[in-house]
Amino acid sequence: MADVVVEHGRVARTASARKRTGLHNALKRKSTVAFFLTLPLILLIALFVLYPALFSIHLATLNKSMQKFVGFGNFTFLFKRETFWMVVKQSCIFAVTAVFFKALIGFIVAHFVHNIPAKGQRKWRGMLLVPWVIPPAMSTLAWLWLFDPSYSAFNYTLSFFGIGPINWLGDAAWARFSVILVNVWYGAPFFLIMYLAALKSVPDQLYEAAAIDGANWWQKIWFITLPMMRNIIAITTLFSLIVTFANFDIVRILTSGGPLDQTQIFATYAFRVGIESNDIPLGASVSLFMVPILAVAAIFILRDVNKRGNES
Amino acid sequence: MSTIAIDKAGPTRKLGSMSRDRTWALRWSYFFLVLFAIFFLTPPLYMVITSLKSSAEISAATNPWWVFHPTLANYVELLTSSQFLRFFWNSTIVSLVVVLVTMLISIPAAFALARMKFWGSTTLATGVFLTYLVPDSLLFIPLFKMLALVQDITGITLLNRWYVLLFVYPTLTVPFCTWIMIGYFASIPKELDEAAIIDGASWLQTLLRIFIPVALPGLIAATIFAFTVSWAQFLYPLVFTTSIDQLVLPVGITTTLIKGDVFNWGQIMTGALLGAAPPLIIYAFLMDYYIAGLTAGATKG
Repeated sequence: MADVVVEHGRVARTASARKRTGLHNALKRKSTVAFFLTLPLILLIALFVLYPALFSIHLATLNKSMQKFVGFGNFTFLFKRETFWMVVKQSCIFAVTAVFFKALIGFIVAHFVHNIPAKGQRKWRGMLLVPWVIPPAMSTLAWLWLFDPSYSAFNYTLSFFGIGPINWLGDAAWARFSVILVNVWYGAPFFLIMYLAALKSVPDQLYEAAAIDGANWWQKIWFITLPMMRNIIAITTLFSLIVTFANFDIVRILTSGGPLDQTQIFATYAFRVGIESNDIPLGASVSLFMVPILAVAAIFILRDVNKRGNES
Repeated sequence: MSTIAIDKAGPTRKLGSMSRDRTWALRWSYFFLVLFAIFFLTPPLYMVITSLKSSAEISAATNPWWVFHPTLANYVELLTSSQFLRFFWNSTIVSLVVVLVTMLISIPAAFALARMKFWGSTTLATGVFLTYLVPDSLLFIPLFKMLALVQDITGITLLNRWYVLLFVYPTLTVPFCTWIMIGYFASIPKELDEAAIIDGASWLQTLLRIFIPVALPGLIAATIFAFTVSWAQFLYPLVFTTSIDQLVLPVGITTTLIKGDVFNWGQIMTGALLGAAPPLIIYAFLMDYYIAGLTAGATKG
């Protein structure tokens, strides 16, 4: 608007000509500027994400020495391996159980933090978020030491209750339990923070109205808290599902997949096959199996995020 | 005063029971919070306890939860070991450069995506978000092969060099930082930059003088995120670097301090604690920005 007013007083012919080219230039310049501003981002994504993703599909169709095209050979090979099916099963158990307990603990602890006077909440929140801040590779080392077979601090403590020494990482069932426990420990604070933020956004009037109607605490959670937090619960859970499903650090450091590949999940198995055993195509095939599950979760997240965007 | 008045007017027993309920709810909350705090803080505290012990005390198998002869020997040993300092230095330089690169890429891109509607801008924004969801464990094998091929073709050594991490880490940090910066930039009122454009400011001036100062909290949150992600990354350096002088902290500690079957736990815990220190210190001072960044990822849309 301002432009038009300023240019109005000038000689009509030159003004219109100048305006057209000026507008044209500005338009051209704006899109050119936008292009150059986003160019590094586009290059980064294309070169280091998109290209490797497609390259991985190509790699998966080669033989071990990467000279011959074998089609689906790597996949059919994997399907015949018992270890691979164990990996699939363990990955699913690991991701679903860990995410469930992370969400549950996060939800419960968020309520406790929300319950106490606002003055102390910051302090508690600060303390409870520490596991999320420590690099997982570092904190898993602490867990490895807590689980240590001969000097285990856990077994030392349990011995006072008369519970015999537990082989935390050597016994398959306990090893599975341990990797999930560490993952829950690491990821629960993330849920706690998200749920706490969501709890704070639920208007108090709803609870007051429910209290007047005589609702008990369970009804308040079921009919007010959960519906109000539904979207954030969905996004957080799906997001955590992706991260947990693709987890590498914790299992690698804690058990390296052992005992006898019993705790191996997709990421660690792909590392074992692709990097340690030097069979890059087979490793690429293993990691490609993560794609369908990740894609489904990603689509749902995207839908929810867009929905949130439209609501606000 | 008012409570007394209400007490007299209303049924006293009911109100008393409600406030008693409230007190008990509070007590239970504190009780469970203490339990969960113990669960959450045991590993870090155990790191501190072990780091203060000598190897003699650790192998004596006394009470693992208590330090009988505290010593700083582990700290002295690690902080004077050129190998450990090398890991620390590699981690520092990689993280700082990656933060810088991330900001240089994501701020302009977020600015363009938030303010300039151009062909494909919504698709690109969605693409950025999807890239954020691509995990490192999906791409490490093709990236490894890709870098090997580039190395063969150009003759530039890429594998087993710390600087290769400068290329791959931004794939993990840039999408998220761009995404939350789009959110912060989009929340700035349009009138602000329109006024600047009318006053004759260029795009660059609007970005530097208006967008960056106004969205500074978001910028700090993004910077913290980029730093902590680069500092904590474990898989990429494990795959791409092997020589001891090229390792970053997480890989260095897990591979060199564990010698065969001999675990020098005092030193491992000290190393892990020192490795966890920079993110923890940042967190201690900038907790609110840290949490803002954490929640912005899924809530800003």
